[in-house]
Amino acid sequence: MGQLPAVIVDGILYASWMFVIAVGLTLIYGVMKILNVAHGSLYALGAYTASTAAGYWLSHGHAPMGSYVILLLAALVVGLIAGPLIERGLLRFMYGRDEIVLVLVTYALFLILEDFTKLLFGVDPILVAEPYGLLGNLQMGRLIYPVYSFVLVGAAILVGVALALVLNRTRQGKILRAVIHDREMSTAVGINVSRVYLVTFTIGAMLAALGGALTAPTTSVQPGIGAEVIVLAFAIVVVGGLGSLGGAAVGALLVGLVRSAAVHYQPEVELFSVYVVMALVLIVRPKGLFAAPEVRKI
Amino acid sequence: MMNRLLRLARAAALIALCASATPGIAQEAKPIRIGFVTFLSGPAAGPFGVPAKLAAEAIVASINAGKAPAPHNTKGFGGAPVELVVIDEAGGATKQVSEFRNLVERSEVDFVIGYISSGDCLAIAPVAEEMKKLTVLFDCGTPRIFEEASYKYVFRTRPHATMDAVGAALYLTEQQKNIKTFAGINQNYAWGQDSWNDFTAAMSVLKPEAKITTSQMPKFGAGQYGAEISALIDSQSDVIHSSLWGGDLEAFMLQAVPRELFKSSRLVLVAGEPYLVRLGTSIPDGTIVGARGTHGVFAPASSLNNWLKEIYKAKAEGAIPTYPAYSAASAILGLKAAYEKAKITKLSASIPMGANKGVKEEMEKAYQVGPSQEEIIAAFEKLTFDSPSGKVRMTLGKGHQAVAGTAYGTTKVVNGAVTVVNIKEYPAERVQPPDGMASPDWIKGGMKPAK
Repeated sequence: MGQLPAVIVDGILYASWMFVIAVGLTLIYGVMKILNVAHGSLYALGAYTASTAAGYWLSHGHAPMGSYVILLLAALVVGLIAGPLIERGLLRFMYGRDEIVLVLVTYALFLILEDFTKLLFGVDPILVAEPYGLLGNLQMGRLIYPVYSFVLVGAAILVGVALALVLNRTRQGKILRAVIHDREMSTAVGINVSRVYLVTFTIGAMLAALGGALTAPTTSVQPGIGAEVIVLAFAIVVVGGLGSLGGAAVGALLVGLVRSAAVHYQPEVELFSVYVVMALVLIVRPKGLFAAPEVRKI
Repeated sequence: MMNRLLRLARAAALIALCASATPGIAQEAKPIRIGFVTFLSGPAAGPFGVPAKLAAEAIVASINAGKAPAPHNTKGFGGAPVELVVIDEAGGATKQVSEFRNLVERSEVDFVIGYISSGDCLAIAPVAEEMKKLTVLFDCGTPRIFEEASYKYVFRTRPHATMDAVGAALYLTEQQKNIKTFAGINQNYAWGQDSWNDFTAAMSVLKPEAKITTSQMPKFGAGQYGAEISALIDSQSDVIHSSLWGGDLEAFMLQAVPRELFKSSRLVLVAGEPYLVRLGTSIPDGTIVGARGTHGVFAPASSLNNWLKEIYKAKAEGAIPTYPAYSAASAILGLKAAYEKAKITKLSASIPMGANKGVKEEMEKAYQVGPSQEEIIAAFEKLTFDSPSGKVRMTLGKGHQAVAGTAYGTTKVVNGAVTVVNIKEYPAERVQPPDGMASPDWIKGGMKPAK
């Protein structure tokens, strides 16, 4: 395989990883207008829970293939517990406040959850690699890729398509879009906005945890992983346009491909390549590539 | 002749007094408080910070009980018990400067031992100097500390990082003659950049015909190395140099091994020793590993090494001490040796020449006071002391920077466990520049052994 196909494959793999995380962030912002910094902590909680549970499963001699179910269950559990707990226990008291205040609130939550994760799981990196190599490898020219990497691509596509279908083809999706469009009007026509917020935040939390759970077998789960991904996820949603599902997909793809090209052709610029993309996009389109035009209320 | 005999008698009495640490005197001695700064959270906590803390606590408990082997078998520091005030190094250099001031002004520690991060060491050294507090840097590697500045109150009891890169290049070129190309993957911050720069400079001296194919510098904590691994496979290099550590190293290995990166490229892990147990057979046979000195599996057989292993295992639930534990041991034992040398010098000076009466009373009076910081500094400069890693000599940086030898070895899986074979030691003179010479200049000048 030549260098260009490798750049494309590596870029797509990176984009898939980031998309699952970024899409939850953009969904929460789109509906709730909250730039959730704690999204990174939910990713970390997902990764820690998944690796701990999968490690337990494998160390007790259960079927290795079952570890994939464990990873998904871990994400589900984290999302279902942490999502409602954060939304009902904290965020609902903050609605209506300035967006900056909400950023600060979620940042404080991020710091608390970082320490909570350390208390719960310790500071030693956790390594559960078995699910990564279980599906075998795929040879592409000189390069070998674990099949699991392409499972992540499949998962990202599945998440993207499912969200698009729910938003555009279902009654619940229409309700969600109505809330995105105008919260006050939605309340006036009888939509239970409070419940929409709860469901949205829980789905967003689940997606962050899913990102962590699916990443766990490919990496060393260690303190600080949440901080790393949240910065990249922000860059992606800003490039795509805050609140835009398609924007998150295009942003992830753009960032993934540019980063991959930098690594292959000019490794010394890799560190800031992502932010160059972000800066260039913001110069041309200050609200991101796919941000919906804002209606000014009089 | 009479004076000489009296001096000898006095010296013998002093040594006996210090070595026995008479209970009555020891009980009255004021505890010595040491601020110990190490990573307790963040990515460096697991592999480095926590092992260093566990080692420090085990060592202090053991020396307070007078159970360390000779020559460190006196109780505490010259009879005075030692207390540790442990601080988390996480949070960056600015926070560490505040923490350092807190340790000195609020906690009123007598000494500070600490710092794993080179960035923190560079920030703390001038502050220690400004606050006139004896500070021992125990694990950071940057050569810049004493090559770009001169300090009175700052010491470093581990050799600087030039040794790691030069030792790796020496070992690699001795073990593998046919190196045509080499690549690198190192973290994009001071440690990774310095390590790669020193390694490439040393290779250009030892193997000038070898070409660099690619230098990958992922962000610290990146976690995903898919594209970097593709680029390394594509480079078809004979050798891959890496100073990755912690979760980054583990994630890289986890992703690189299934992709068969090391089938065609030999891996050199400058700081690989702490991961031999954790990564196990994921580390391919033939990988060159170092421990940033003669630590861990490279430590010489000695009663001090056995002692450290024993007390560390008891403290860390059976875990084997890795190199950060050895670095912590060198710092504490170095400071102890300097303190006791200063105390003996002070005791010796407290008795007027030729005095025959009241010697014991004078000695006891002097014993209670303890040496001043200035006296300890004078004793520490150019000191040679024993550590679990072997002899440490404070010869660089006007006697403030340690030199010691290093060692490298090759991994081999034996009965399902990773072992290190073909270990080769290099004396300090071969891997570190002489005093007063900057590392880059020394390497470019052909790495002539220091005299």
